[in-house]
Amino acid sequence: MDLFEYQGKQYFARFDIPVSRGGVATTVDEAVKVADASGYPVVVKAQVQVGGRGKAGGIKLANNAEEARLHANNILGMDIKGHVVKCVWVENASDIDEEYYASFTLDRGAKKHLLMLSAQGGIEIEVVAEKDPDAIIKLHIDPVDGLSPGAAHKAAVDAKIPAKAVDGVAKILVQLYRCFTEGDCDLAEINPLILKPTGEVHALDAKVSLDDNAAFRHPEWDEYRATEELDAREQLARTHGLQYIGLDGTVGIIANGAGLAMSTLDVVNQVGGTAANFLDIGGGANADVMAAALEVINFDEKVTSIFINIFGGITRGEEVAKGIVEALSRVTLKAPIVIRLDGTNAEEGRKILADAGIPESTLISKPTMLEAARAAVAISNGK
Amino acid sequence: MAIFVNKETKVIVQGLTGGQGKYHGLRNQAYGTQVVGGVTPGKGGTDIAGIPVFNSVAQAVAATGADASFIAVPPKAAPAAILEAAAAGIRFIVCITEGIPAQDEAKVFNTLVRDYPKTRLLGPNCPGIISPGKCNIGITAGEIAELPQAGKKNVGIVSRSGTLTYQALYELKQRGIGVSTCVGIGGDPVPGTNFIDCLREFQNDPETDAIIMIGEIGGSAEEEAAEFIKAHVTKPMSAYIAGVTAPAGKKMGHAGAIVSGGKGTAQGKMDALSAAGVKVGNNPTEAGDLMAEIIAALG
Repeated sequence: MDLFEYQGKQYFARFDIPVSRGGVATTVDEAVKVADASGYPVVVKAQVQVGGRGKAGGIKLANNAEEARLHANNILGMDIKGHVVKCVWVENASDIDEEYYASFTLDRGAKKHLLMLSAQGGIEIEVVAEKDPDAIIKLHIDPVDGLSPGAAHKAAVDAKIPAKAVDGVAKILVQLYRCFTEGDCDLAEINPLILKPTGEVHALDAKVSLDDNAAFRHPEWDEYRATEELDAREQLARTHGLQYIGLDGTVGIIANGAGLAMSTLDVVNQVGGTAANFLDIGGGANADVMAAALEVINFDEKVTSIFINIFGGITRGEEVAKGIVEALSRVTLKAPIVIRLDGTNAEEGRKILADAGIPESTLISKPTMLEAARAAVAISNGK
Repeated sequence: MAIFVNKETKVIVQGLTGGQGKYHGLRNQAYGTQVVGGVTPGKGGTDIAGIPVFNSVAQAVAATGADASFIAVPPKAAPAAILEAAAAGIRFIVCITEGIPAQDEAKVFNTLVRDYPKTRLLGPNCPGIISPGKCNIGITAGEIAELPQAGKKNVGIVSRSGTLTYQALYELKQRGIGVSTCVGIGGDPVPGTNFIDCLREFQNDPETDAIIMIGEIGGSAEEEAAEFIKAHVTKPMSAYIAGVTAPAGKKMGHAGAIVSGGKGTAQGKMDALSAAGVKVGNNPTEAGDLMAEIIAALG
């Protein structure tokens, strides 16, 4: 789950990482109130999960309440690359002497934590990596040992952070590492990490991505979940606990297992179709799950055919078949189903479907993944 | 021969008294796997269908001589279960648990490397391993795996995805091609066993004549495998990579299946494998067809 900047800053604050005084606002009046409380000048920042908001006019400096009102009014509701701004973060503006970069991620190849640190911040790290790769230091950290204050200090020196800022940067690195590990982040990034004229080091931005697998030990994440940017289809899928990702095509996809679901998208594409979604009903899915999956697919107005691709392992064919029969009794599907059923108890499943007396205009069974994909795409394309 | 597990492998099931552990543990036993015990703290002294249950892995190992463990416990308990098995001297651990936090996985992996270098972990979030006719640990339906055939050419399978592992087994069965061992390494960011570990074993396994590899988007494991193949694998290979059409920045079901910053794309992985001499199919069926051609050419 990716956090908005303001949520990232609130998350940082939990780990004592210094951030600017400020608050979040969804209306112009609220924004002015927060600006008054933060102390002028303030920066009004659009909260969207997309890069380039500064260029799009989504970040503005305000010297007084009047300007704050003007900017908040312009920015709220603004469309930035297809993302509508629903709230702004208003914070006390910082004087900046220098800008650095710091992040922690998991290096999957090395199977260790990775610190990336650079004395060149404020621009995208990919740009720095391309122009001046030596300006970024990469330090692998064994997750069993963690990051010691001494190692953080050395990293700051190695990254050529100026002497006056080294202590401050090292301190924040240790705090950010704690946020990354104890906070169960996939990514914890500060860009820019700034040095103020007063000598303080401070996080001016926050990019945090949380590991969904760790949600069970973070009840505080619930509030972030409420603001996640999901479309209506994804919202509905979530209420059913389904692994669903909305796409733009016309063939609704239901498969068991992430790999098979991805592969189903690929095959549909190869035979000239487009997938409306990714939907993995997971291992051991029963009739209820299948019925819920069909309900979500049916909700998508673009869908003109449905491809159910099941290879039973834990998932059993007869459960899948029962789910389809039950779903058909509950909802009127707007598009026909093409099903390919193999693996555990597939025979029983196929028999249940055959005995249910479902007309061929509603459900067609095909023996292989490729044939089923071709049939689903042909229907979807109106052939 | 087979890799990692065979007829002699003695398996305990951590979580045998739970729903998943019981269902799959008994299925594994019915397949012919030596399931010698179960472990559930507090339930020592009981049994599941005659399989004795112990309070700890150490007790189970002492009583049964088990050398492998099948872990089917919830994500919260799995990291400790893995380390307990390693500490008790278990040589081969299969963990099917899905949903373990990445931070825990990274810690467990590095602890194993440091403190228990002789223990191999397969998974987490994997379907397990099957050496057809000899041993099946995990959730694979044994009947879809074609037995290896003496005097004929047999194939080793290694895959990141569960259902695509079954699909690969199925594609080979349709063509009557025997399987030496099929390993599902799992779709998480820090798998205990990676492609290279399996490729090395298959290369050294006299029963394996060719190899199918099934990868997916995210990370760089396939690219690293391609480098290894170029340098060390002389047996012919076919491959398939899932996720050609996956949008960037979205986790496609598996925690590890994500294209980020233009890295980890299916196309990049397919190109790397092709350059290493692997025949790459555009879907699982094509990978099966390519393997059939390879087997025919081997004679």
